[in-house]
Amino acid sequence: MVDLGAILKTLPTIGSQVETLREIILSNVVMIAEIGAATFQERQRAAFLTERFTELQLANCSTDECHNAFGILQGSEGARNILVVAHLDTIFSGERDLTVTVRRGAVQGLGLADNSLGVAIIASLPLILERLQLSFRSNIILMGSARSLGSGNIEGIRFFLDNSSFKVHQALCVEGVELGRLSVGSIGMLRATLTLTKPEILDWSRFDVTSVIVDMNNIINRIQEMPLPRRPRTTVVLNAIHAEASFSNVPISAQLLYEIRSESDAMVEQVATDIRYISDEVASRSEARVNLQTIARRRPGGMSFSHPMVGAARAILSALEEEPHIQPSTSELSACIDRAIPALTIGISHCNNLNTADEQLEIKPIAKGVAQLIALLQAIDQRLCDEAE
Amino acid sequence: MKLNSWIAAHTFHHTQFADLPALVEAKRKQRLRISVCIPTLNEEQTIGKVIVILRAELMKRYPLIDELVVIDSGSQDKTLEIARAFGANTYLADDILPTLEPRRGKGENLWKAIYQLTGDIIVYIDADIKNIHPRFVYGLVGPLISDSNIKYVKAFYDRPLAVSQGVTRPTGGGRVTEILIRPLFSLFYPELTAIIQPLSGEYAARREVLEALPFPIGYGVETSHLIDIYTRWSMSSFAQTDLDQRVHRNQSTLSLGRMSFGILRTFLRRAKNLGLCTFHKELEHVLRQFQSINDTYQLQEHTIIEEERPAMNELTEYQQRARQEDQEGQEG
Repeated sequence: MVDLGAILKTLPTIGSQVETLREIILSNVVMIAEIGAATFQERQRAAFLTERFTELQLANCSTDECHNAFGILQGSEGARNILVVAHLDTIFSGERDLTVTVRRGAVQGLGLADNSLGVAIIASLPLILERLQLSFRSNIILMGSARSLGSGNIEGIRFFLDNSSFKVHQALCVEGVELGRLSVGSIGMLRATLTLTKPEILDWSRFDVTSVIVDMNNIINRIQEMPLPRRPRTTVVLNAIHAEASFSNVPISAQLLYEIRSESDAMVEQVATDIRYISDEVASRSEARVNLQTIARRRPGGMSFSHPMVGAARAILSALEEEPHIQPSTSELSACIDRAIPALTIGISHCNNLNTADEQLEIKPIAKGVAQLIALLQAIDQRLCDEAE
Repeated sequence: MKLNSWIAAHTFHHTQFADLPALVEAKRKQRLRISVCIPTLNEEQTIGKVIVILRAELMKRYPLIDELVVIDSGSQDKTLEIARAFGANTYLADDILPTLEPRRGKGENLWKAIYQLTGDIIVYIDADIKNIHPRFVYGLVGPLISDSNIKYVKAFYDRPLAVSQGVTRPTGGGRVTEILIRPLFSLFYPELTAIIQPLSGEYAARREVLEALPFPIGYGVETSHLIDIYTRWSMSSFAQTDLDQRVHRNQSTLSLGRMSFGILRTFLRRAKNLGLCTFHKELEHVLRQFQSINDTYQLQEHTIIEEERPAMNELTEYQQRARQEDQEGQEG
């Protein structure tokens, strides 16, 4: 039986060995980032990942009907299964210029941090473990999950957890950034679209009839004026607004995308209800129709700070001289939490100008990020992250 | 040789060589050594990616490439620094065979690569490929490893995303190819028209062929290779591989004009030496182009001299080194 101290001692060696495999990881980052994978269009990226797993002779290399990609590194005992997952999709459409540039200290391009690097780590991990001559008792299920972001509503991982014959005992969710982040819990979240529409037959020659943009503006002002509690912490994020069309046309439709986040599920519901009332009231005064649609929903929850898995993750980050930053997540972690699977989200590197054409992903910290992942896998495999019965 | 039968037998698609373990094994059995040369001049935007992908996929994952070398013409940007940072061996063209008078041009770098690199097969890859992929190398060396009669493999890029069944379409050889090279080949070397993209900068060849070829140092190097290999070894020594798509910088019409002038000079010199045509005066070295500025037309004169390096195996330094290596081999 290995203790955590012994694992921590190997971190510098693992880090420097991973450093020698830098091109393997970067090559995967580049090739994955240049495959378009907007949410619901991850098929090609999933095929690439499965191809990588097949080349490395993993077991059960496959994709499923959601276009999730899988491969299993079989453990010597195989009694337990550790899921390592990175979401495949990106917020950028495949029609954008996805060309990646490799500079001396950074890689530049769209969607590298969220989440080409995470997927590249999943793709590279079998080879890295092989070169480091590391083996595990547990099976490691490597997964690229589809339909994660936005209206995807983490459907990919939910489908897998609901339908797989493998029982997942613990899970690690891998995000490109930020190294040092530790997400141990999910906050309550509701994503919705609010659409206002006015009938085309409305008599626009009446000068008291306003554009639907004005009505939407009224709704936004009212949302901004809503009193939100500081405890439980609650916020409404306005993500995007769309409306018609050009100078010569009066818009008859406008859409607002927003997200309610709270530590309390009841507060998420309360704020959602309040927004519905506000919308109905504004719409009724302006002869508009309102349509509210929930796109994604997460329940709050997660592991306690005292869980051994959190303790191990913090100790590993400290040994790597990285300050652990505890932050909530709304990603794959939520699906694990909903099913009472102990899980963490970790980051691999740092980046500047996230989600812009000038996004620059730092190369040097990647080795440290991968060392962190490997050490965590070892700790989980050695049952150092299990809660006492 | 009939063109259609040559195309059927000598035209490949890169996917035919995508089984890398099998290709590496075939290379090992033949005891072949493969070198990749990347000629550069101010390529900091793309060089890092080219080196990372080729080293990771074809050196670390599958040992297909034995040597990856950048030969630079004197970049003013960070091309060499980036290439070195990702593990490529880098050389300034002027530092190779330093006793020779230095020349500037891509052909110079390609020629000096024959001296500097150690492979039995040398692959030339341009550094400005934005969508670099391992297929650019394995697609080119595949035919050489698979068939010992093939000596020189040229890339072409021809895979539209969708095309209706039975619809004919042009092969898209590029403007200079379709307007200059293919008409010239049709006039003088009809069989060479079967090479779909004669000017592509990606090709692989056996050392025994490359060391026997004179190298124009400028635009004419690809055209001269085709004519020289054709006249010496015939069409059966060529193959070509479809590498799907290549994304790169587009050149202006004026710069394509300069390129065409250089190629034409190289072509006509060879045609004259082979007795295919005669000239009653020396050919001009100056290309005249015009640019309109407001209401005036401004003459721009470009002096384009297509100098040639001799076949490498005629060079004393190369012969001496070959003798030395033979001796070391016998002693070893």
